[in-house]
Amino acid sequence: MSTDLAVQEREDQDVGVGDYQFGFHDPTDKYVFKSRRGLDREIVYQISEMKKEPKWMRDFRISSLETFFQKPMPSWGGAVEEIDFQNIFYYMKAAANLEKSWEDVPEDIRKTYDRLGIPEAEKKYLAGVKAQYESEVIYGSLQEDLAKQGVLFTDTDSALRDHPDLFREYFGKIIPPNDNKFAALNSAVWSGGSFIYVPPGVKIEFPLQAYFRINSENMGQFERTLIIVDEGASAHYVEGCTAPTYSSESLHSAVVEIVVKRGGRFRYTTIQNWSNNVYNLVTKRAMAYGDSLMEWVDGNLGSKLTMKYPAIYLMEPGARGETLSIAFANDGQHQDAGAKMVHCAPNTSSRVVSKSISKGGGRASYRGLVKVEKGATNCKSNVVCDALILDSKSRSDTYPYIEAEDDQISLEHEASVSKIGEEQLFYLMSRGMTEAEASAMIVTGFIEPLVKELPMEYAVEMNRLIELQMEGSVG
Amino acid sequence: MSAILKISDLRVAVDGKPILKGVNLEIRQGEIHALMGPNGCGKSTLAYVVAGHPKYEITGGAIELDGVNVLELDPCQRARLGIFLAFQYPVTIPGVKVSDFLRHAVSNVRNPDRKEGEGLIPMKDFRKELKDRMSEIDIDSEFARRYLNDGFSGGEKKRMEILQLSLLRPRFAILDETDSGLDSDAVRAVSEGINKLHGPHMGVLIITHHERLLEFNKPSFTHVMLAGKIVETGDASLAHDLHANGYAAVRERHPTEAAEEQAVTVKE
Repeated sequence: MSTDLAVQEREDQDVGVGDYQFGFHDPTDKYVFKSRRGLDREIVYQISEMKKEPKWMRDFRISSLETFFQKPMPSWGGAVEEIDFQNIFYYMKAAANLEKSWEDVPEDIRKTYDRLGIPEAEKKYLAGVKAQYESEVIYGSLQEDLAKQGVLFTDTDSALRDHPDLFREYFGKIIPPNDNKFAALNSAVWSGGSFIYVPPGVKIEFPLQAYFRINSENMGQFERTLIIVDEGASAHYVEGCTAPTYSSESLHSAVVEIVVKRGGRFRYTTIQNWSNNVYNLVTKRAMAYGDSLMEWVDGNLGSKLTMKYPAIYLMEPGARGETLSIAFANDGQHQDAGAKMVHCAPNTSSRVVSKSISKGGGRASYRGLVKVEKGATNCKSNVVCDALILDSKSRSDTYPYIEAEDDQISLEHEASVSKIGEEQLFYLMSRGMTEAEASAMIVTGFIEPLVKELPMEYAVEMNRLIELQMEGSVG
Repeated sequence: MSAILKISDLRVAVDGKPILKGVNLEIRQGEIHALMGPNGCGKSTLAYVVAGHPKYEITGGAIELDGVNVLELDPCQRARLGIFLAFQYPVTIPGVKVSDFLRHAVSNVRNPDRKEGEGLIPMKDFRKELKDRMSEIDIDSEFARRYLNDGFSGGEKKRMEILQLSLLRPRFAILDETDSGLDSDAVRAVSEGINKLHGPHMGVLIITHHERLLEFNKPSFTHVMLAGKIVETGDASLAHDLHANGYAAVRERHPTEAAEEQAVTVKE
């Protein structure tokens, strides 16, 4: 124990991230195909055609498009009315084929990933990298032993082609297109994303990872992820997003559908750091069956507006749901994020821990729903929201909603709002920390309970991003 | 040549109310000074002001370290210049591991020109040094991975201050009632810690109500503060006398300050 100091854990953390920048942009005009701007039936047909999809998917897209046109814009949350849907590219294909190995990936694209440090990360940790460059997955690898166990980890387009029955059984079932306007949009124009199937009893010990980037002006990104964790299986999926800075608006609207069957365990970790002009409007939902555990770990930095409320439907007795989320809203940013827990069966439990930081005029809102259906007795739910406001220009709001149709339940909600204390700053500064360093340290400490849940390189990246956000902020 | 921390005619107010009314004090590296005085006389204010707490308004006088005007520096620059305050009530920083905090602090203080984001001292060296210092002060190495002062007992917090003192090796250390609220074992541990650290390169100002801290750390000078002024200076025997007989005699010898002290107390 004597040599087992905490410092050891972080020994390697100073290396490998020093060159990390989230504002770079590699010029890439090598699109194999690029749709025209705008959204109509013809574009949607074209997307389906390019992908050589079966008729049912084309029909699904077209009917979703109708739903999208019919649905009103949400009147709550953030300022979505500024999005010009007709000024967006809905589909782009950056490379001709799905590549099998890193060496086969075109060089300019590889360069972008090099700067994100993916090859190193892969050597150390990655089981399989699914790199979504623009709209299409261009690189994928999966460790052989996983494949031998029957695990499927591929891009969603390939899954539709190669595993049609499994795919069709679940696709669009957890989040139907008419769920909300942006789910309908994604259903109409989706492209890329990850597909994972973990067979019964298979336990994957290391995180499966994917990196997403938006890398073209006015380009929408509508990935679609579908994950099925079969009975008694367990897995952890991690996605990280970074985006270069652009001058015009960009739209990201993903749909993530997850099923965790009886006794299964699944964790979905996201770190997002979009540039400040991106609208990030994501629908994420999981259905958790008997005695299963579903966890969302969600870190939201950047973007102009993020609206994201990962949901867990607790379908059968014994199901547990947990959501841990961090939001950091800086100048010009609005993070409207939270969680939804729907207790559909007795003896289910849920926990939400949300931490938000707002700074430089940013706005962080927690919006959460805990719903208990009739007959779902003996449910437990615990919601904790902590907000840290770094200056008087910034704002934090909490919108907790509770709908309970059964009264034999235990619901707890705690919320706290704090400011960085003068005494904490003074204490750290009296030990040689600059004011910015001291503030960053306090913020890092504030989110540490969540960061320690992340795989190490993500934890490093998260702390590094926080430091970058804090730089030049004071004095 | 040894450095001097020189406080001249220092006047300080909080919310317009004068707290320090012309304090004069000179400490040389290597000297131990004791500062005693009844509650509310301004001892802790003096400590905070030297370290640079922003809530105090300096209305007059000067603090210099080897000719450098300390009052112009922020707390971080003062720390890097070699000033250290052991807090009476150390602050809790949730989520920040002791080892991370200390590594940053040590990197900054030993390399005063360090900018944010620049390299920290090498992990290997730091880890060894931390381990050694912790074992000297009898702190379980487990504390390195705990969050700073989070859930620490009073004694653990004070030991953590002494650990910082030992790692940062300041030229001047102010110990603000480091013995308060501790049982006698803890006071002895802290006293021994200070005694080990003290040497020709560290000047120490010990603020205390008690004598016990001074048993191991015999002061060359004892100062008595009353109503925002240092009214008497003597040797170690003065500390002993104050501890044995209280401040009544001091008040008799300094009726003007005693009256001011009364006035403040009545007003409050």
